[in-house]
Amino acid sequence: MTGDLRQADALMTLEGLTKAYPGVVANDQVSFSLLPGEVHALLGENGAGKSTLVKMIYGLVKPDAGQMTLKGETFTPVNPAAARAAGVAMVFQHFSLFDALSVAENIALGMDNPPTPRELSARIREVSQAYGLPLDPERTVGDLSAGERQRVEIIRCLLQNPKLLIMDEPTSVLTPQEVEILFETLRKLTDEGTAILYISHKLEEIRSLCEHATILRHGVVVDTCDPREKSARELAEMMVGDTLHVPSREHWEPGDEALSLEGVSMTSPNEFGVNLRNVSLSVRKGEVLGIGGVAGNGQDELLAVLSGEARASAGAIKLSGDEINTLPPNARRTRGLLTAPEERLGHSAAPEMSLTENALLTGAVRENLVERGFLRWGKAESFARRIIEAFDVRTPGTENAAGSLSGGNLQKFVIGREVLQDPDVLVVNQPTWGVDAAAAASIRQSLLDLAHKGAAVIVISQDLDELMEIADRFTALNEGRVANPVPTQNLSVEEIGLMMGGGEGEVAA
Amino acid sequence: MIRLEKRPQPSKLWATMTPVLAVIATMIAGGIMFWMLGKDPFEAIRTIFWDPLFHETFGPYSRPQLLVKAAPLILIAIGLSLGFRAGIWNIGAEGQYIMGAICGAAVGLAFYPSESILLFPAMVLAGAIGGWAWAMIPGFLKVKFGTNEILVSLMLVYVAENLLASVSQGLLKNPDGMGFPGSRNFRDFPAAYNTDIIEGTGMHWGVAAAFIAVILAYILLTRHMLGFQVRLAGEAPRAARFAGVNPTRLVLFCLGTSGALAGLAGLFEVSGPSGQVTIDFNSGYGFTAIIVAFLGRLHPVGILLAGLLMALTYIGGELAQLMLGLPGAAIQMFQGMLMFFLLAMDMLTHYRLRLKRPVAAQ
Repeated sequence: MTGDLRQADALMTLEGLTKAYPGVVANDQVSFSLLPGEVHALLGENGAGKSTLVKMIYGLVKPDAGQMTLKGETFTPVNPAAARAAGVAMVFQHFSLFDALSVAENIALGMDNPPTPRELSARIREVSQAYGLPLDPERTVGDLSAGERQRVEIIRCLLQNPKLLIMDEPTSVLTPQEVEILFETLRKLTDEGTAILYISHKLEEIRSLCEHATILRHGVVVDTCDPREKSARELAEMMVGDTLHVPSREHWEPGDEALSLEGVSMTSPNEFGVNLRNVSLSVRKGEVLGIGGVAGNGQDELLAVLSGEARASAGAIKLSGDEINTLPPNARRTRGLLTAPEERLGHSAAPEMSLTENALLTGAVRENLVERGFLRWGKAESFARRIIEAFDVRTPGTENAAGSLSGGNLQKFVIGREVLQDPDVLVVNQPTWGVDAAAAASIRQSLLDLAHKGAAVIVISQDLDELMEIADRFTALNEGRVANPVPTQNLSVEEIGLMMGGGEGEVAA
Repeated sequence: MIRLEKRPQPSKLWATMTPVLAVIATMIAGGIMFWMLGKDPFEAIRTIFWDPLFHETFGPYSRPQLLVKAAPLILIAIGLSLGFRAGIWNIGAEGQYIMGAICGAAVGLAFYPSESILLFPAMVLAGAIGGWAWAMIPGFLKVKFGTNEILVSLMLVYVAENLLASVSQGLLKNPDGMGFPGSRNFRDFPAAYNTDIIEGTGMHWGVAAAFIAVILAYILLTRHMLGFQVRLAGEAPRAARFAGVNPTRLVLFCLGTSGALAGLAGLFEVSGPSGQVTIDFNSGYGFTAIIVAFLGRLHPVGILLAGLLMALTYIGGELAQLMLGLPGAAIQMFQGMLMFFLLAMDMLTHYRLRLKRPVAAQ
């Protein structure tokens, strides 16, 4: 019955949308409808077909079959410009802005018929005030924070008075305070009757923001619900289609100090990187230290000074009391410090090489896979097989190229490769980035198990829920600096936001 | 409509098939070119690919030549392939080849008319060191100042060519040569001559060195940590750093090895088939070896086969010039086609062709 009601008042309906790519059906007979003024969540694991679906709505991809209607009329956008003209706007996960241009210039570039610069600036000010998104049209985009850049994209959309706004993972780059501001804006928009199609992995956000959710699995709509009536866990299980194993943290007794950084500074080797500034922290045996922060605040650099790929220019890095700053990666591995970088394809793993070769990549010294310079392929293969079995990596065999595995499976392999080497200290960067819920849960559990066995674990992650779940102490990276770590228990969202930086001004505004 | 579709992983079958297909396509396109030049295409192809091996009169002469021509190509290409695999582009093997020849020959000539059996090994060593040192120049500049090894190694070819011109008319000139440019002929200097190991087969010491290089490179790449690091650095440079590969050491190893092998090839050539240091004894082997390395898929066994094939087109090409009056430029075009088709067909390893009917407009 509700279905009929929705159909009648719908702003947009999708009927049997189907899109197939070679070897995979991305969307199979997807049908649902959007009401004016509702925030509609699109939920699903990676590869469930969310992106393809919104690309069809936004005119980037042409459906193989099925119809769409907008306000009762057939809607077949041939390109994004046509979709925009019909009142559909989209904010992408990755921004398309020119750093060297001002806010107003960037917005003008995305418009089909831009008004004069003066008029445009006036309208930007008007819209930004109306929706509580403070933004100076004359500022250069290169100087803006990630949250402010997102506002540019949102205002660009709002200037077109959209009836439907599509947002793809909008909060992944925001601090909690910035998320609150965004949600206020979205609520104002829905009050005016704009519908919002909201894609996110963050289930708590969806529960607080969305009134309706459509759940996709393998390209098929498997369920719909009101997320406010479900728990985050129930939502996750609907996405996965299985009961979800939630990692459990037992009480821990901190041991001796395993790894410490004292006033570590490093100039980033990357032109667009962030320099580490006077970073001091320590982690004890049996402890999980969580390091939060928005991407691009020195995460890669911190991992590089720990893995041995880069040297700190000042300060000391001590492993069980010994200075290791000048040691190369393999010497650190020998001493028990293992790392897993964020980027799987090309950094923690070589995509074109087999899993056996990728097992060798970091396992050579600790697993004794090399004898007088000669490789012991048999041993390397059995190590790879052990990883595959222990970490439930879904792959036909050790001969398969790492790049042929799905993101979650490859990440399980990478984490498994380090965990099975029995490290004293393990440092992981974004361990569950782009990984589906079930794989993420098992990776987190394996990190906890490792800590339980007495290893020190540092988890660098953008996912605050993840850090709250597994970390004993929390700190955050902000422009290459870290705050003093504090116990995770009883930590409030406000405190986290302050540590992540840029908090105070936002709250006041 | 034909569409290209990326394969989930590179096809092993096509990786081995493409060189064969490229040779066939070259034969067809080359045949058309020969036909347009007014020659019988079938006869031309047969003269290039068949006669050098099986012709009654030419065969006995050109069969040993095959090894003589293939050996330096293989030796140089093996060295280059290590660097190419690691993403280190030594384009100046020709220069290292010349410097190896000059250094090795200089050691031999300095001891004229010694009869010591240690002389030839000393020349071999000097040749390798000469090529190695010449390759260390771009290597050192790259690791110290971040210069581009492609440009530096290529430029040094022309420096080496000028040095060659200078020494063959000056320092190493034959004092008994009645003023003609060029060094003493090693054929008249038995202790320093790179002789056939088995008489009349063309199987000189350089050929043996080439076979040894093939075997060692194969073991290095498949069984040794260093070979693994070379491959890793080429496939995923960041992962290589993460795995503890020292980029500086790798650059120096790859450039040094390829330089030393090119130097060896130069020494074996100048002290054997060429016989003397002359202003133009180098016949561009250093550049042709680049083609051989890629034609052989940067794989040691592939390079062995590719070197033999390339030598065949050289000898067959000369034969075709002689017998059919084909212009030399046409033969070079023919070799160029081989490289072009190989690179073009490379796509099939990573992509597959799909026939697809255009979707009818709705």
